[in-house]
This record gives sequence, C-alpha cells and structure tokens, in this order.
Amino acid sequence: MAREKSWKLLLGLRIFAFMATLAAAIVMALNKETKTLVVATIGTIPIKASLTAKFQHAPAFVFFVIANVMVSFHNLFMIVLQIFNRKPEIKCFNLLSVAILDMLNATLASAGANAAAFMAELGKNGNKHAKWNKICDQFAIYCDHGSGALIAAFIGLILMLIIAAVSISRLLIHSNKSAAATSSNT
Amino acid sequence: MVKLTQRLGGLVLRFAAFCAALGAVIAMITSRERSSFFVLSLVARYSDLAAFKYFVIANAIVSVYSFLVLFLPKESLLWKFVVVLDLMVTMLLTSSLSAAVAVAQVGKRGNANAGWLPICGQVPRFCDQITGALIAGLIALILYVFLLIFSIHYVVDPFLLRKS
Repeated sequence: MAREKSWKLLLGLRIFAFMATLAAAIVMALNKETKTLVVATIGTIPIKASLTAKFQHAPAFVFFVIANVMVSFHNLFMIVLQIFNRKPEIKCFNLLSVAILDMLNATLASAGANAAAFMAELGKNGNKHAKWNKICDQFAIYCDHGSGALIAAFIGLILMLIIAAVSISRLLIHSNKSAAATSSNT
Repeated sequence: MVKLTQRLGGLVLRFAAFCAALGAVIAMITSRERSSFFVLSLVARYSDLAAFKYFVIANAIVSVYSFLVLFLPKESLLWKFVVVLDLMVTMLLTSSLSAAVAVAQVGKRGNANAGWLPICGQVPRFCDQITGALIAGLIALILYVFLLIFSIHYVVDPFLLRKS
C-alpha cells in the first residue's frame, strides 16, 4: 500500500533528523575552551591570565541551541505519535496539523542554523571596517567544535525540508482520495 | 463566493509581502553614513557585513518570486508547486532575517568577551535604517507564514469546502 511505504520513509527521515539536531544542540552546548595567555612579565615572573570562550557569550549560539532542542523535541513527539497511531482511518485534521507543524519547525531550524553560521563567520574572519578581531586563530578547538555543530544542524535542516515536503504530499494524497470517494458516493 | 474571497485574500497577502520585502531591500541598500572624528573618517555601508549582503539578496529573490506568483492564473497546475516553493521561500526569509539580526545585535551591543566594540554610537542613522529594514523583513516573514497556511488550504482543500 502506498501509505505504508511513505510511513516507513517518514519514520526513517524523522529519526535521522532527530539525531542530527540533537547532536548539533549537544555539541554546541558543551562548547567551551579555556586558554591561559601570558599578559605581562614582571622581572622573570610571567603573569598569566586565563580567557574562556563559551557558547553563551554570543546570543546567536544560545538561539542556535534553543532552536535545535525545540526541533529535536518536535521530531521525537512526531515519532512517538507515528508509532502509536497505526489505525487504518486517519483523520484529515491530524494530517493537516502534522504538515503545518513540520513546516513551522523547518523554518525554525533554518533560522537557528543560519544565525549561528553568520556569527561563526564573523568570529572566523573578523571585520576590518568595524575593527573586530578574529578569534578563531586563538581558540581553534572552540571554532572546530562550533563548525561540527553547524554541519550537523544543516544536515538536520535539509532533512526537515524533505520531511515537510513528504507530509504535504501525504496530505495531498489523502485529500484526493477522500474527494474521489465523496464524488463517487454522490 | 467562498472561492472568490479566498483568492482575493491570497492576492492581497502576497502583494503586501512583495511590498514588505521590496521595502526591506531598498531600506538596506540606501543605508550609508559617513562619520568623522578628527582626521579619520569612517564610512558605514551595508556591504561591509556579509550577513547584510545575504539579507539583501534573499529579500530581493523573495520580492521577485512574489511578484511572479501574483500573476499565476487560478486554474493552473503550478499551484501545487507553489506550496513547496512557498515553504522554501519562508525558510530563506527566516534564515536571512535571523542572520542579519544576529550580526546587528553584535553591532549594537558589542561583545565584551571577544573585545568587540559596538559601532552604533558612531553611526546612529545607519543603525536606525538597518533596524527599519529588519522590521520590514520581519513583516514579510509573518505574511509569508500566513501565506503558507493559505496555500495549503487553497491547493489541498483538506476540509473539502469546494464542491467539484
């Protein structure tokens, strides 16, 4: 049956998207690097100051973590709903709300991933005009972990777009079937 | 009767979104300010920051797309395509708006931990115009979220309101 195949496809895509966005959120949330730098020297004793780079320093990264947590929670909720709802009759309102929620969460994932991407680009290249120094040459591990989280979030974003398209097509097929059924009844 | 008001509502929403996106592009392109202290002069342009360039390009694409969809005839088969394209355009709008807001927030408040000073104190008119462009982008985004839900109802007709 056609609905059976798209059910399996949707479940597989949702599991991958859940894992990708959760990994992105966790890697960014645990992103922290401490570095001790020599600031001055008094006689022969060097004075060290330790600087930390945390993800909370940039609001874009905080939004990134929150957005990815929300998208992964949405995927988890939908997986549970899909597994426990294998009844043959599917109401139209269920399919419609799933499609709309999928679309809204896809846009949320896109917002979070892109905000962090441009913030990271600013940290990597700096900005000559505003005299902002780049920070990636000193905090290399912080930048590497951040880019890993960004890659996972973009993979999750592409998967969310495919999931939204599949949900819309399921809604379309269902409404075509029920329209054909009512026109054959009357 | 239902169909006519539906179609009219969709056209009005799309035209308003087109105007908002176009306004955002124009406001950001014309923002340019020169400030001088002593002998140094600093020119602030939108193209200094990559996120603002992305914002301009994305909103330009959105305004061209909504202008083209305004002229799509009622019974065309392309409306099914328009639903997915609307979703992609909304994702483009959110990404450009959030990137521009993230970078503008750094410009306004600075980042004490990275040693980045805010620049809005030196070029206040530039900052105000950027804020206006971002607000227009937000209005376009909200209108497009409504248009998404509207397109689904128009194409898929999930509650079978139309008699065929």
